[in-house]
Amino acid sequence: MIKNYFLRHAQVFFYSLGQLTRTPVATLLTMAVIGITLALPAGLYVAIDNIQRLARGWEDNGQISLFLKQDVSVAAAEKLSNKIRRTPGVAWVDYISREAALAEFKRLSGFGEALKALDSNPLPAVLIVHPSPAYANPDALQTLLKELRHYNEVDIAQLDLEWVRRLHAMLDLAQQSVFILAAGLGLAVLLIIGNTIRLAVLNRRDEIEITKLIGGTNAFIRRPFLYAGTLQGLLGAIFAWLLLALALLLLSTPIQNLASLYGSQFEAESLSFLATLALIGIGGLLGWLGSRLAVGRHLRAIEPR
Amino acid sequence: MTMINFAHVAKRYPGGFDALRNINLNIDAGEMAFITGHSGAGKSTLLKLITAIERPSRGEATVNGKNLLRLPRRRIPYFRRDIGIIFQDHKLLFDRTVYDNVALPLIVTGADQKEIPRRVRAALEMVGLLDKERMYPVTLSGGEQQRVGIARAVVNKPPLLLADEPTGNLDSALSDEILDLFLGFHHHGVTVLIATHDWHLIDRARQRIIELKQGELLRDTGQKK
Repeated sequence: MIKNYFLRHAQVFFYSLGQLTRTPVATLLTMAVIGITLALPAGLYVAIDNIQRLARGWEDNGQISLFLKQDVSVAAAEKLSNKIRRTPGVAWVDYISREAALAEFKRLSGFGEALKALDSNPLPAVLIVHPSPAYANPDALQTLLKELRHYNEVDIAQLDLEWVRRLHAMLDLAQQSVFILAAGLGLAVLLIIGNTIRLAVLNRRDEIEITKLIGGTNAFIRRPFLYAGTLQGLLGAIFAWLLLALALLLLSTPIQNLASLYGSQFEAESLSFLATLALIGIGGLLGWLGSRLAVGRHLRAIEPR
Repeated sequence: MTMINFAHVAKRYPGGFDALRNINLNIDAGEMAFITGHSGAGKSTLLKLITAIERPSRGEATVNGKNLLRLPRRRIPYFRRDIGIIFQDHKLLFDRTVYDNVALPLIVTGADQKEIPRRVRAALEMVGLLDKERMYPVTLSGGEQQRVGIARAVVNKPPLLLADEPTGNLDSALSDEILDLFLGFHHHGVTVLIATHDWHLIDRARQRIIELKQGELLRDTGQKK
């Protein structure tokens, strides 16, 4: 009995596959429409995922700059530096004296000659606080920043991470938008498959009517349509994956060029294995659901007369 | 044993048209009967009630031990598997071979895969079309198409066989061949019910006659002894 059951399912599967190959143009068109529809949110997901991966690298470099008051002596500054070094969450502290700051500024700004005209050094001494890896997240850094700001010698305490935080907020927003877009486009896939299955049901109206008359159950009549819908969803998802792979292949060289200009080894990554499985699974699920809804609705309307 | 029992059955369609009024009828298992009458007399409605395509509006109706008023929708497919139906327009699938058309009821009921070829060929042999199993219905004559329809109706060995104007489009020689097939099934113990207004057929068969007129039972020659 069970063997018969699987045998029958296998027969329906190959029958549905055969039906799809019998109309190759229509099948390819449906597959392409579903593929493009699924590739859009999947592509955005990949883009955001890559930017997040990149931003995570920057976040580790989060550091706090403490600009000291002009009247703080070198000895006092070094004493403060030692004190801060022992604060929990701090890995090490770089001390940049006023002279060193001026020298660096002269070197980097290109205003060297102009600065010689100044009779006093306008730059403050700076303590650059590097947090330990455990504190390298926006919230812990914020707490550390508050703590350091309270020292009397500190004029301005600045977290060089504000823009990273803003980027993260933007990425969160983008990610949420992708989910909303994905939900909308998923609905579109549902409707596309529902419509092709609806046409298939109407095309085979006579067959359905005859099958009902000779004692075919609704489950029996539904089965080939469910297989057809699921197959189309799966093929569409595979097509979407291929589109993504192609796009990434075309973009990989420009991305590497850009990254090397920033001295980075960054390489864009495609969908992970699990995400690929999820994409194909979602494609199949949408196909099944779309055909189930369409067949359920139209099967009831086709009764023998 | 009773195969079909109707007691005070009426069918009124939405809009108030009375297709059948107060029909009392009993057909035993193994009987053969003709349902006749002018078009619009209620022949088709009677067949639709027996096959559970329509439900009676009033009365008690039992077919093959099932009460038609209380038969749940989901049980209807299983109920129909015990009835072989033959249509005037054959209702064959034109994108499938003769073999596949006849095999359809076996596939629908989930018959054993190894049994299917043997049973399909037995049914085709019965109607004399064994040599045409690989052909498509369009290439067959009207009489041959009707015989494919008959083979499909009997392949499941149903205890009840219904035919709606089975000889409607056939000349008398072909009609006689079809009638002989039905008589053969009757002799094998199958209950056969044929709706027709072909009096040549009815006269030749010498079986029970149930005549309808404007939805009422006009004449019933009763069970043939």
